[in-house]
Amino acid sequence: MPDPTSSRVSFTLESSLDSVNKVEQTGEQWAERAGFDDDTVPHIAMAVREAAVNAVLHGNAYDKNKLITASFEITSDSLVIHVADQGPGLDPDGIPDPLAPENILRGSGRGIFLIRSFMDEVHFRQLHPGTELTLIKYRAPAQPEI
Amino acid sequence: MSMKVKTRQVDGITILDLSGRITLGEGSVTIRDAVRDTLAKGSNKILLNLGDISYIDSSGIGELVSAFTSVKNSGGELKLLNLTKKVKDLLQITKLYTVFDIKDDEASAISAFNK
Repeated sequence: MPDPTSSRVSFTLESSLDSVNKVEQTGEQWAERAGFDDDTVPHIAMAVREAAVNAVLHGNAYDKNKLITASFEITSDSLVIHVADQGPGLDPDGIPDPLAPENILRGSGRGIFLIRSFMDEVHFRQLHPGTELTLIKYRAPAQPEI
Repeated sequence: MSMKVKTRQVDGITILDLSGRITLGEGSVTIRDAVRDTLAKGSNKILLNLGDISYIDSSGIGELVSAFTSVKNSGGELKLLNLTKKVKDLLQITKLYTVFDIKDDEASAISAFNK
């Protein structure tokens, strides 16, 4: 659970589905805390889940010796989420477009697309080893600062 | 909440009433097994009732697509029934809304299958 007195939380987890669920739930809690509306909170939670799935499944490939890290920060104008893995690295330019006719019936490959659909900014950073995704959602100007 | 499947037959159509979450792991595996079992029993007209699906992620979407192609490749038909707004929105974002045959009521869905 996030510390209610803090505007930032960070944790390290093993590469498992339980970790994916924990990161998703934390994303939902922090989106609510940041004041996003009932339509936006589930979108942020889903983007966070997809980032965690990407880290656990595609990055670390469920390797028990590799960890994921996730952090959540509420700033004056946005919610900033980092999700990192220790995998071989991800080339965002190499991800096929899931909307292309030749890919539309693929059974996978929509996670990054959904993250980009639901967040205002998505950044990829290569670690050594691993990949860090940064997800940013801007808060409405009228939101009080925390 | 994990995913649950109840199976029933109406006019030669297999209806899978799904409830819970279709996500990476248990939910995706459950729907994959349910569709595979249905095809193995010789029924390839399948109606997936998603009315009680509370959540679906990209893996779940992928599983629906895989089910659709599996059934189609077997010469059958797969249709979706009772999509919640969240699921409908996701299928629209991913441009899958027009790929699937989506129905809002069971009777018209049943009658829409080729007999």
